[in-house]
Amino acid sequence: MKFASEFRDPALAKALLAEIARTADEIGATKQKPVSIMEICGGHTHSIFRYGLDRLIHDGIEFIHGPGCPVCVLPRARVDECIEIAQKPGVVFCTFGDAMRVPGSKLSLLQAKAAGADVRMVYSPLDALEIARRSPEKEVVFFGLGFETTTPSTALAIAQAAREGLTNFTVFCNHITVPEPIKALLDDPHMCLDGFIGPGHVSMVIGIHPYDFIAEDYGKPIVVAGFEPTDLLQSVLMVLRQIAEGVARVENQYARVVPEHGNTVSLAAMAEVYEKRPSFEWRGLGEIDASGLRIRDKYRAFDAEEKFGIGYAGVRAVVEEAEGCACGAVMTGRMKPPACPQFGKGCTPEMPLGALMVSSEGACAAYWQYGGARAAE
Amino acid sequence: MCLGIPGQIIAITDAERMAALAEVSGVRREVNVACVAEGPLEALVGQWVLIHVGFAMSLIDEDEAAKTLEALRDLGEAQEALEQMAAGDAALEGRA
Repeated sequence: MKFASEFRDPALAKALLAEIARTADEIGATKQKPVSIMEICGGHTHSIFRYGLDRLIHDGIEFIHGPGCPVCVLPRARVDECIEIAQKPGVVFCTFGDAMRVPGSKLSLLQAKAAGADVRMVYSPLDALEIARRSPEKEVVFFGLGFETTTPSTALAIAQAAREGLTNFTVFCNHITVPEPIKALLDDPHMCLDGFIGPGHVSMVIGIHPYDFIAEDYGKPIVVAGFEPTDLLQSVLMVLRQIAEGVARVENQYARVVPEHGNTVSLAAMAEVYEKRPSFEWRGLGEIDASGLRIRDKYRAFDAEEKFGIGYAGVRAVVEEAEGCACGAVMTGRMKPPACPQFGKGCTPEMPLGALMVSSEGACAAYWQYGGARAAE
Repeated sequence: MCLGIPGQIIAITDAERMAALAEVSGVRREVNVACVAEGPLEALVGQWVLIHVGFAMSLIDEDEAAKTLEALRDLGEAQEALEQMAAGDAALEGRA
C-alpha cells in the first residue's frame, strides 16, 4: 500500500516513543497523573490496539477512546427502524457490512435477514443504486450511516438517482457529524481531557478549521492524524509539545491526505443534499443539538423516513440499552471496556450485547481482539 | 467502512458518470472520481487516491508524505545521535 510501510518503520516509531517519553517527563505526566488524550476516531482506536501503542507509550499518557465509531453510537431504536423497513414487502435493504450485527432491541439486521428479510451487504451506496436500476419492481433502501467521511458518498448517490429519475431508491439517513459531540464532551463537567487526536478521514472532507473552537474556546490542542503507527505517535508528540509550550492550536499531521480546507466537491454535495437536524440521538451521549443530518425537501423523494413514515418523520420509540451494557460509560471515557460487567461474558464479538463489541472500530472489540492479556491487567 | 484504502487510478471508464478503474492491492475495481476531479479526468490516470466506499475521496499528496517522513527521519537521526552521545558518556564514565 502506498506509504504504508514507510509509516510503520520500527526505527522511526522507537525514536518517536523516546521523544514522547522525554516530553511527557518534561510536563510532569505520570501514571498517577496522566495526560489524557482522546482519539476521536474509531479507526485510530483500532490502530492504537493493533500496534499496541497504548502499551509501548510512556505510562503518563492515557488514551481515551472517543465516540468516533458511527456503528457504536447508533441507538438501538435506529436498528429497530432499519428492521421495520427491511421487513416491508418488496423492500431490498442495503447496508455497509459493519451494521449487520449491531443488536436492535429484538433482532440485528443479520438475524432479520435469516428470518427472511431481503437485507444485502454492499460495499458502496453505488452498489445499492445499481440494484435499484436493475430491479425497478423493488423498493431499494440504503442505510446511510457514518460521519462526514461517508456522507458525501450517499449525497452523490442521491444526486445521481435524481439525475436518472429513479423512483425506487431511498436513503435512510443516519449521518452524523464530528464537531458537535466533541463540543458536548467538552461541556461535560466530568470530562477531563488534555488534548485530542483529530479524525483523519473526516478531516479529509471537512478540513481542519471546524475544530478551531476546540483550541480557541476550550484551550485544548488538537492534531489531525493519519492511521499508521508513526502517524499516531507523531500526533501524540505534537499534542504534548503544545502542552509543553502552553499553547492550543489545530495542527495537521496528515497533510498528505487532509487539505486545510477539505474537499470542495464533497462539501458541495453534502450541502446540496443534506441539512442539519435540530438534534440527533447518540447511544451513550443522548440527544446532541445539530449533530445529525437529514435529506433536504428538494430531495425528499429519496428520503426513506418520508417514504415509510419512520424515524424522525414518524413516531419515535424510546428503547433502553440492553441490561448491564455499559457502552454509554465506555463511550464517554468514564469506563474502560474490561470494567464492564458484561465484557467477555454476556458480550463478545460473536454474541455482542452492545455496539462497541460489534464494530472492529469499537473500543470493546479492539480490547477483545488485541488485549486478551490486557483485559486481565 | 470509515477506513480508506489507497489505490492507483488505471483508466477512466465512464466520464459521464465519473467512473474510473482503480487498482487496490492488486485488485481492480470501479470507483467514482467526482471528489478528486479538478481538471481533465485523464489527468487522474496514474495518480494515487484514497478510496472510501467506492469513491476516490482524496489525492494522496506525495510531497506532503515525503515531508512528514523527512520530519520523522530527522527525529530518528537526532535520536540516534542522542543515543550515541549517551553511549559515549557512559563509555567516558567507564560504564560501558
